Amino acid sequence: MAVEAKATSSAPRTPVWRDPAIRSLAIQALLLVVVLGAGWWLLDNTRQNLNRQGIASGFGFLDHTAGFAIVMHLIPYSEASSYGMALGVALINTLLVTSLGIFLATVIGFFVGVARLSSNWLVARLAAFYVEALRNVPLLLQIFFWYFAVLRALPPPRESVTLFGAFFLNLRGLYVPAPVAASGFGLVLLAGGVALVAALGLGLWARRRRVATGQDFPAAAVSLGLLIGLPLLVAAATGFPMSWELPALKGFNFQGGLVLIPEFVAMVLAISLYAAAYIAEIVRSGILAVNRGQTEASLALGLSPAQTLRLVVVPQALRVIVPPLTSQYLNILKNSSLAAAIAYPELVSVFAGTVLNQTGQAIEVMAITMAIYLSVSLAISAFMNWYNGRNALRER
Amino acid sequence: MNRITKLALATLTTITLAGAAQASTLDDVKKKGFVQCGVSQGLAGFSSPDDKGNWSGLDVDLCRAVAAAVFGNPQAVKFTSLSAKERFTALQSGEIDVLSRNSTYTIGRDTSLGLDFVAVNYYDGQGFIVHKSLGVKSAKELNGASICTETGTTTELNIADYFRSHKMEYKAIAFSNNDEAVAAYDAGRCDVYTTDQSGLYANRLKMAKPEENIVLPDIISKEPLGPVVRHGDNQWGDIVRWAHFAMVTGEEMGITSANAKDMLKSENPEIRRLLGVDDNLGQGMGLPKEWAFNILSQVGNYAESFERNVGAKSPLGIARGLNALWSQGGLQYAPPAR
Repeated sequence: MAVEAKATSSAPRTPVWRDPAIRSLAIQALLLVVVLGAGWWLLDNTRQNLNRQGIASGFGFLDHTAGFAIVMHLIPYSEASSYGMALGVALINTLLVTSLGIFLATVIGFFVGVARLSSNWLVARLAAFYVEALRNVPLLLQIFFWYFAVLRALPPPRESVTLFGAFFLNLRGLYVPAPVAASGFGLVLLAGGVALVAALGLGLWARRRRVATGQDFPAAAVSLGLLIGLPLLVAAATGFPMSWELPALKGFNFQGGLVLIPEFVAMVLAISLYAAAYIAEIVRSGILAVNRGQTEASLALGLSPAQTLRLVVVPQALRVIVPPLTSQYLNILKNSSLAAAIAYPELVSVFAGTVLNQTGQAIEVMAITMAIYLSVSLAISAFMNWYNGRNALRER
Repeated sequence: MNRITKLALATLTTITLAGAAQASTLDDVKKKGFVQCGVSQGLAGFSSPDDKGNWSGLDVDLCRAVAAAVFGNPQAVKFTSLSAKERFTALQSGEIDVLSRNSTYTIGRDTSLGLDFVAVNYYDGQGFIVHKSLGVKSAKELNGASICTETGTTTELNIADYFRSHKMEYKAIAFSNNDEAVAAYDAGRCDVYTTDQSGLYANRLKMAKPEENIVLPDIISKEPLGPVVRHGDNQWGDIVRWAHFAMVTGEEMGITSANAKDMLKSENPEIRRLLGVDDNLGQGMGLPKEWAFNILSQVGNYAESFERNVGAKSPLGIARGLNALWSQGGLQYAPPAR
């Protein structure tokens, strides 16, 4: 009332319903009420219908005993663990196959993309064949192909392919010795940490020196030597404080050591080779987007072809590459759910599959699953946008 | 999009959007003119399609019996093939009217899924099949074995219980589709494939060399398999339950698809009642009085269905065992039709 009184005294009176600020506020408030109301109606309806049909609801089931086994778990898990733990195991397996897939697809895609632009006829044609063959076959078929191709090619456990009596390859997977830390192993880890810090410092120093004096220092090679050499030296000095647990054939299967199950190998192979075909095309488009004059100028300045690619072409190509690359990374995450078909225990297979079936709580399980995929996707997106921002053209 | 995701979303939509009032399943079925029946993705003897897409099997016969009871036409059925993972969601969401897919009756499923098991048309138990070359004679020798199975089944939990209680170790490789599980076992990925024993015999037929695999004698669980309907529609539940009981009663009284017509002239009051000559037992279920006659003349009694699908006359060659009539030492027992 007071505001209205003031307004009349200073300016010609506008009716409240014509005031654009008030009007837009009112419209937004109305929209908010409608959205909240619809949301509440959906929730309430769901609750009532679930009650009426006698379907259990709520998130309490996450604490209940799962009662089923999961073949691959990176955190401790047994049949006596809870559904919540099963979710954790499944999520880690999804993240593992996704991150490995992203890494391998990027490396392979980059090489194939560059190879497709090669002046060598055979290399360019091979790369083109790779891209066309892999991106035109459905991923699910490729997963089956790799899975059953891998299975058919391998011998049964009792006729394993052996290397040094420590590595075994058979139908059940690749068995490798597992390191077991003994007392004093902490020192080796400490040396590794020191080497990492030293390598980072060395990189910074070499860069500053190059900017100041123009002289190059082989920082990468020295860092690598440091990272491997220092822990090795400390390990030798302390008498190698670790032992290896060798896999051994007991009954039907090998026990002990670390094992890479064929489902995992097939999934990583299929998903990274498939995504690499798309990434190769993205990389090719990025490189083609860099003006030929840039390469010529760089060569004219005396940079080697390798340096030209690394220092001139790629940084500029990245501006074109990164945004579509983000979509590919998100696709890899979402495609990892196809692993359910070959029994790789990831999120959809274990949680939206077995757990959904044991508990019957479709709404809660699907909501959790979707929320997880959404948050991981958003995290990947956020990281890639940050990286893209770093590479973006800065106008001065 | 994955099928289970789709189904789960469908449930979500129906559950969030559906109003409180719902027509009865019988009215819905009559309106559309057929029964939508959920079956397996191909399990010989229980539900499998031939090369022309005609479904047959013990579970399929139950769906046909329901159609015969409602419409007097056993062909008025449409089949939806479902994986173990999808089946209950499909029923909850209303995509199917009845689930007849070798599903195990458990307290958890009966009470917390919003579903009701209405009968047991096959008494089964979980067993193991192994490669003959392993030289295994009993499930107790399976310590350390890799086991292929299908996700979303009771078998997954049963092996966990069995191996834990016998202090043995195992690796479970759980596939979302039964065919992949069998193919992986056949390729040697696993030492053992496990499912209900009837399913072992059926799946053995799919393997490259069936004779090189043996079914172990051990049964590690009770698996009463039966049809499922949505909770709360008791009339529809009654229809499915009594479709099964009519087949069992038919066997008990010696009514077959061949002699059903003659039996209409029978003097036996029980037969006359069941076939609707004197009484109308279908009335309470909203069915015509010849409902049981239609089932028995068009689909046959339980013994006929059993023998042609899984019994001695079929490739599976399974003995009646627990599935014999109660009067012959089995468990199949129908309440009196009066």
